[in-house]
Amino acid sequence: MTLAPERPTTINSRLRVDSDTRRPQRPELKKSGRPNPAAHLTPEQIEEIGRELDVIRAEVMDSRGASDAAYIRKVIKTQRYLEMGSRAALLFSGVKYKGIRPMWWLGTAGLSVAKILENMEIGHNVMHGQWDWMRDPKIHSTAWEWDHASPSEQWKHSHNQIHHTFTNVLGRDNDLGYGILRVDEDQKWTLFYLFQPVWHVANALMFEYSIAAYDLELGGYLVKRKRMSEEDKAEFRKNAKATVAKIQAQMTKDYVGHPALAAATFTGSARHTLTANIVANLVRNVWSNTVIICGHFPSGIETFEKTSIEGETRGEWYLRQMLGSGNIHGSKAMHVMTGNLSHQIEHHLFPDMPSNRYAEIAPKIRDLMERHDLKYVTGSLPKQVGSVYKKVVELSLPPKREGTTRRATILRAAKKALAGKGGAGRRY
Amino acid sequence: MAEALATPLVPADYLDLFDPMRAGADLRGRVVSVTPETTDAATVTIRPGRGWSGHVPGQYIRVGIDIDGVRHWRAYSLTHRADAADGLISFTTKAIPDGVVSNHLVRRTAPGTMVMLDQATGDFSLPRTLPAKALFITAGSGITPVMGMLRNHLNALDDAVQIHCAPTESDVIFRDELRGYAAASRLTLHENLDDVAGVLNLASLDWLVPDWREREVWVCGPTGLLDAAESHWETAGLSDRLHVERFRPSVVEPGEGGIVTFANTKVTVDADGATPILDAGEAAGVLMPSGCRMGICFGCVVPLKEGAVRDLRTGEITSTDENSGDVRIQTCINAAAGPCDIDL
Repeated sequence: MTLAPERPTTINSRLRVDSDTRRPQRPELKKSGRPNPAAHLTPEQIEEIGRELDVIRAEVMDSRGASDAAYIRKVIKTQRYLEMGSRAALLFSGVKYKGIRPMWWLGTAGLSVAKILENMEIGHNVMHGQWDWMRDPKIHSTAWEWDHASPSEQWKHSHNQIHHTFTNVLGRDNDLGYGILRVDEDQKWTLFYLFQPVWHVANALMFEYSIAAYDLELGGYLVKRKRMSEEDKAEFRKNAKATVAKIQAQMTKDYVGHPALAAATFTGSARHTLTANIVANLVRNVWSNTVIICGHFPSGIETFEKTSIEGETRGEWYLRQMLGSGNIHGSKAMHVMTGNLSHQIEHHLFPDMPSNRYAEIAPKIRDLMERHDLKYVTGSLPKQVGSVYKKVVELSLPPKREGTTRRATILRAAKKALAGKGGAGRRY
Repeated sequence: MAEALATPLVPADYLDLFDPMRAGADLRGRVVSVTPETTDAATVTIRPGRGWSGHVPGQYIRVGIDIDGVRHWRAYSLTHRADAADGLISFTTKAIPDGVVSNHLVRRTAPGTMVMLDQATGDFSLPRTLPAKALFITAGSGITPVMGMLRNHLNALDDAVQIHCAPTESDVIFRDELRGYAAASRLTLHENLDDVAGVLNLASLDWLVPDWREREVWVCGPTGLLDAAESHWETAGLSDRLHVERFRPSVVEPGEGGIVTFANTKVTVDADGATPILDAGEAAGVLMPSGCRMGICFGCVVPLKEGAVRDLRTGEITSTDENSGDVRIQTCINAAAGPCDIDL
């Protein structure tokens, strides 16, 4: 949520699928010289795609009802029982039986799943407003606080607003590599990216904290603070305070409160409850990172230039969402554990549609895209994850250029950096 | 301590799983029975949660019920005996055409349904010292708060007269009970049936209840009746004897555009039906929360206290009134569809 410093002078063009003046035909090639995936579509065809998607959306939104409400309430109930049960088991996590600590394993596994459910199928989706229509003040985007280091207010701003509006637009959507990864050929290479396999693994392990720092725009503050206005600095300080308070509360619960409670059972379980909480948070971090990198980074997914979205209509925005996202296929349980972000394409088209309904529209979206010669990117979890890891390694190196070697480019960048002339910084 | 262990939830979120009716929880109730009164009216009996703090006969409660997954709030007068040993509460509602909630309650609510409740409120009730002479004038489902008073206080009322209006005899809610009181000479009852006598004219009070000027009077019914009563008693210089209960049916007629009031910032805008409320508010200088400006991020959601809005993408109407309570709306994709009161 922002209080409108950049108020536009006209009503947002993305409110309509059509426009008063004809939209320009897309060029054959993007500025980077790579082919434009939508060059074969006329503005009228894109408008028609927009109308078709509006109809698909309306069919689902008009049929939301008691069974959908029952679904989310069941997931929430299940998650809470699972969390309570797991934490109860952990009270005895120190008890040894035949050489292992069964309650530690049981409690840790349960708590990991509970945290994943809370973040993915519940928190992320409730904060998107997918359940606001129920008018239940407890299951509402304005009220939900999630089990995560980042305060929900800040998450909603950076994720719902920035990422979902500017999906995969180079220089506008910082989710594209989170400012630390080069995941698209059109991102400019710098020396910083040479070590990105390391950054990537570190990021996955401490994902909730890197998201908190990212939502807080900590990196930007550190770089720009000398040039920032007093108002912006005050805003940052206010947000930082909220983030610190949230992290404090989260850590007190997981690493102090519940271990202390376990100590009260006199079974020597305090230390084991602490390790269980650490492991559960790590499992949640790695899993959510794994799911999320499959949303926009696997090969076949497109990026867009800043200039290509000027005056964008809803039809064009839809087109960008479809080309800029990728799915994961798998079992029903896998879909739930990913918070249905395995239906990333459908989610990006309709971020406020209840997540349990994405599966039913997926065949229609795929059909629509294939009819229009647009690539519906999907694959199994191992395939999509593998594709991203491959990219993270490959794109850590600079692109091949005529007349020079990659090794020479790296050495030049390193020398420049050592001489203090920059070149190591992260930028697109 | 419990808070620190439950964060980011609160302990109540977990306790509600085990006992949603406990004292200290948000007030809820469970429907015990739905009993037909006429072809289109029924009495709903509810076991309230242990936090229920009772009521004064004549008062009403707000009930929140989930219909097709959406929570709707409405206000109903309580009709049960305040000292009943079973601890149950009840209200009677009449299904009005297109009334989402009243139809659901009368025709489709099953025993066991959980509802949200508010504590009883309202000052349409008898005074602690009962009047020597009382007059009740009711029409349609306006009988309900008065029935609450009669069931609880009729024995202590020395002289009570009731005029009840209904379209036809079969529409009279609580007909047998009212006639029973009359037969036992506990109540002087005049039934004014529109199909026989026409709509009640208050001038007829002079011969129906010759001593009406000496009576403390309670009136509940449609707006027309209430307005007529107010002017009748005012003309007689007896306004202080008149007590009225106004229930507005929750039916909002959406229009195109409307006056949007931002109560807290004291700004009023005449917004047209094509401009998002966000843009209309900002143009008038209101500091509005905003985000994507295309309906996807939910960063602009604010409470609509009263009024109707239209989704510019789909044409869908969202409306609310005083009884239904706040509805949260996205201002970036909704335009005014009538006068709107925004909580900003």
